[in-house]
Amino acid sequence: MSTDVSAKNPVFQVADDAAVKQARATLDAHAVEMMAWHFHPSTGCPFWLEYAKSLKFNPVTEVKNYEDLKKFPPFEDEWLRGGPVTRWIPKGFAGQPAYVFETGGTTGVPKSRVNMRDFRTDYEQFSDTLPEEFFPRGANWLMLGPSGPRRLRLSIEHLAQHRGGICFCVDLDPRWVVKLIQKGWMEHLEAYKQHCIDQAITILEAGHDVKCMFTTPKLLESLALGLEKRGTTIRKAGITGIFSGGTEFTPQWTRFAVEELLDGAFMTPTYGNTLMGLAASRPVVPADGYTIAYYAPQPRAVIEVVDFDDTNTVVPYGGTGRVKLTTLTKETFVPGFLERDEGERELPYAKYPWDGISGVRPFRELASSTTVGVY
Amino acid sequence: MHLPAFRFGKPYESIERTKLVHFLTGEPVAEVSQVGGALVGRDMQKAAKAREALLTLDPEDVVERLQTAGNLYAHGTLTVGDTKQSPDDFVKQQSATTGLPETLCRANMQKNMFVLANMDRMLDALSRGLPPEVFWKGYGREHRDVVVSYQAQSPVLGLVLPSNSPGVHTLWLPVIALGVGLVMKPGGQEPWTPYRMAAAMIEAGIPSEAIGLYPGATDVGASILASCKRSMIFGSAKTVEQYRGNPGVQVHGPGFSKILIGDDVVDRWEDHIDLMVESVAVNGGRGCINCSAIWASRHTEAIAAALAERLGPVDVLPPDDPNAKLAAFTIPGAAKAIWGQIEGGLAAPGVSHPTDKYGPRLVEGERCGWLRPVVAHCSSPDPVIAKAEYMFPFVAVVKCPQGQMLEKIGPTLVGTALTDDPAFKRALIDCTEIDRLNLGPVPTTKLDWLQPHEGNIIDFLYRSRALQVPAGAGVA
Repeated sequence: MSTDVSAKNPVFQVADDAAVKQARATLDAHAVEMMAWHFHPSTGCPFWLEYAKSLKFNPVTEVKNYEDLKKFPPFEDEWLRGGPVTRWIPKGFAGQPAYVFETGGTTGVPKSRVNMRDFRTDYEQFSDTLPEEFFPRGANWLMLGPSGPRRLRLSIEHLAQHRGGICFCVDLDPRWVVKLIQKGWMEHLEAYKQHCIDQAITILEAGHDVKCMFTTPKLLESLALGLEKRGTTIRKAGITGIFSGGTEFTPQWTRFAVEELLDGAFMTPTYGNTLMGLAASRPVVPADGYTIAYYAPQPRAVIEVVDFDDTNTVVPYGGTGRVKLTTLTKETFVPGFLERDEGERELPYAKYPWDGISGVRPFRELASSTTVGVY
Repeated sequence: MHLPAFRFGKPYESIERTKLVHFLTGEPVAEVSQVGGALVGRDMQKAAKAREALLTLDPEDVVERLQTAGNLYAHGTLTVGDTKQSPDDFVKQQSATTGLPETLCRANMQKNMFVLANMDRMLDALSRGLPPEVFWKGYGREHRDVVVSYQAQSPVLGLVLPSNSPGVHTLWLPVIALGVGLVMKPGGQEPWTPYRMAAAMIEAGIPSEAIGLYPGATDVGASILASCKRSMIFGSAKTVEQYRGNPGVQVHGPGFSKILIGDDVVDRWEDHIDLMVESVAVNGGRGCINCSAIWASRHTEAIAAALAERLGPVDVLPPDDPNAKLAAFTIPGAAKAIWGQIEGGLAAPGVSHPTDKYGPRLVEGERCGWLRPVVAHCSSPDPVIAKAEYMFPFVAVVKCPQGQMLEKIGPTLVGTALTDDPAFKRALIDCTEIDRLNLGPVPTTKLDWLQPHEGNIIDFLYRSRALQVPAGAGVA
C-alpha cells in the first residue's frame, strides 16, 4: 500500500472535525431519507421494490445511517444492461419526462441509467464551484466531448444555459474511437480526432464569443496543438475557462497543460460518470505537486477508497484502493458499486468536508483490458 | 540517478518518473522522467530546427564529430542525466536493468563505437560515393558529372527503441551524419544507450538542438509515429503487421534469421558447427540477426544433437561473470510464460527436444527468470515451432528437401546459405523472402556495416528525384 505525501503534509486547507462531523450527519440523514423513498411501495422503482423481497433486512427500518448501507450485497452493474429501462423509474416520478443515458456499449448492450432531473441538479450544483473570473455568467460554451446517448452532452448544454449562455456542440462517438483503437486503425483514429478538432476550431473562429468549454484531456491537447499550428492559443481563441474530464488526469499532464497548452486559461479537472454525476476537484497547484483530488457531490453521491480484497473497509488516508461508489438521489439508488478505477484516499477538504480521492486511474486488474480513447 | 527527458537541447524533469531497479536485487538504479505524447507532439512542431542546426555545420565536420563521439561513448566519462557516467558505470547500469551479462554489454558498446568510427566509410558505401554536400544542399554533381538531387523527407527520424539488444542502436547512428535530427523514445529497461550516445554526441560538438529524448508510455511512441514523417519502430510480429505498407515507418520485428544448408554441403555439416553455435547463441541469442532455424534435407537429427551437446550445458551465471552468456528475462513471469509456449511447441508431432537431457531449461529467480538454450528438431517445416523465434538461444533444426526450402522458409532477415551449387545460389539470390544474404560460411550475426540493413537508410530518409538546371549553370 503506497502512502501519499499529501496525506502527511497537506498543502490544502483540511476540513476541521466539526465540519466533517456535520457532513457525516447530513449524509446519515440523507441515507435514511433515500431508503424511505426507494423502498416505499408508492415511490420506489420496480427493480428495488422487487429486490427488497430477497433482502434479509428491511431497508426502511434497518438503515439508520450511511454505514448501514453496507448491509446491501454489492451492486452488480450487469443489472443496468437491457430492458425494460422503466424498471428503474421510481413510482414517485411516474409520468415525468425521462431520459436514458448510456455508458460503454462499444460491443454488446450498454449500461443505462434513467434520469428525470438529476443531471440538471448535478450540474447546477457543480456550476456553483466554477470561478466567475474564468467561467463568466452569460458566456457561451463549446462542448468538445462525447455526444449521442451520453449524459455529458445534455449536461454541458444545461450547464451553459443555467449560467446564461448557449452551448455549441461537436459530434463525437466514443464507441467508434474505441473500435478504431482496438482494430489498430491509428490513421483513422488520428483523422477522426482531427475531424473533431477542425470543427471545434471552426466554431472558435466563427465569432460566437465562446469563453468556456468542456473537453477531454486528449482533445484539449489536440485542440491546443491545432491552434498553435495556426499561430494562436486556447486563450487567444477566447477561452478563459475549461472544465475537463472523461479520462484519466495525471499530475504531469496537468502541469504540462498549465505550463504549455493553456496560455493562462483556467482548467478544472473533474471525475464523473453516468452513475455518480460529477466530482469536483480541489484547486490544482504546483505546491501540491499538481495533485488532482476529487470530492464526490455528497450526499447525492459518495466515493470511498476501499481495500482491494475487503471492499467494506476504507484504506488509510494516502493509501491506495479501489473506487466504491454509492449514488443516493431520489431518481437513482446505487449502493456500493465497485468502479473500474483505483486511486489514493484523500483527507477532507475545507470546501468539501468528506473523503476525496486522488491519482484516479484504471483499476490495475482491469487496466489491460480497458481501452481509453479520446474520450 | 535521474534521466530527464531532453527536448532538443533542453532537459525536462517530469513529475512522473519510473524507477529502474536491479533485476537480481531490486535495488534502485535510476529514475527516468516520463512525458506524454502531447509534449512530443508540441515539440515536433519545431522539428525543422533540428535539421537546420545540423546544416549550419560542414557535413565532413559532422562525421568527424561523430567519430569523436564514438570514442567518448566507449571510453569517456560523460554527464548522463544528473550523473557522471564512466564506461564501467554504463555497463553495470545497462546490465542491471536489462539482465544482459556485462560482457555482452561491453561487446555491444564496441559494436556501436565501430559504426561511429567508420562513419565516413559507411556513408560512402550507403550513398554509393556521393559527395556528402548533396544531402546538405539537396542537390549536387556526382562523380560521373551528372546532377543528382536527394530531398530530405523529414527533418528528424523518430525512433521507438527496444530494450532487448543494445546492438540495434547501430541502425540509427548514421542519421545525424545525413543531416537529420533524432527523436527517440528509449526502451523502458534500456534507456542507457540512447542517453549515453546523445551525451557523447553533444560532448563531441553535435548541436543539442538536433536531439530529442522522450521516455514515456506507449502514447509517446504513437505520437512520434504520428508526428515524424520518417520513423523506425522495433516490436513484435504484430507491430510489423500494423505498420506494414506505411512508407513513413520502417518497422523492425522478429528476424527469423536462418542457416540454409545445401545438399552439396550437408554431408560436411560438422565443418560448420562453430558457425551454427555462434549464429544461435552470440549476444545471448537476443537479436533479430541471431539464427532461429537451421534447414537441411538430411543429417538434421545429428546436427540437432551436436548443437544440443554444445549449447545444452550452457548455464546461468552471475551477470558480472566473464563467462556469462545468458541474459535474464527481467519481467516477472516472462521466462515461465515463454517456456510454457515452447513446451507446447515441443509436444507437437514430428518435434523432438535434444537439449532435454542437459537439464531443465527454465531457471526461475526471485525477481526474474532465465531460459537455457533450446534446440528443437522438426522432421518437417510443418510444426509451429519450426518458425518460432525467442529472445534467448533457441534454434529449430528443420528437415526439408532443398527443392522446397525457399518456398517454405518464410520471412528471413539474415539467411546464411552453405552451398556451392550454382542453381541453388541463383535461387537464393532471387528469393525475396531473404533480406540479408550470406553466400557461404558467414555467421548470421556478422554484419558488414558497409551494406544496407533492412533497406538503405538513405533511401528511407531521402528521395532521389530529378532537379534540372539550365545548361551551363553551375552546380556547386
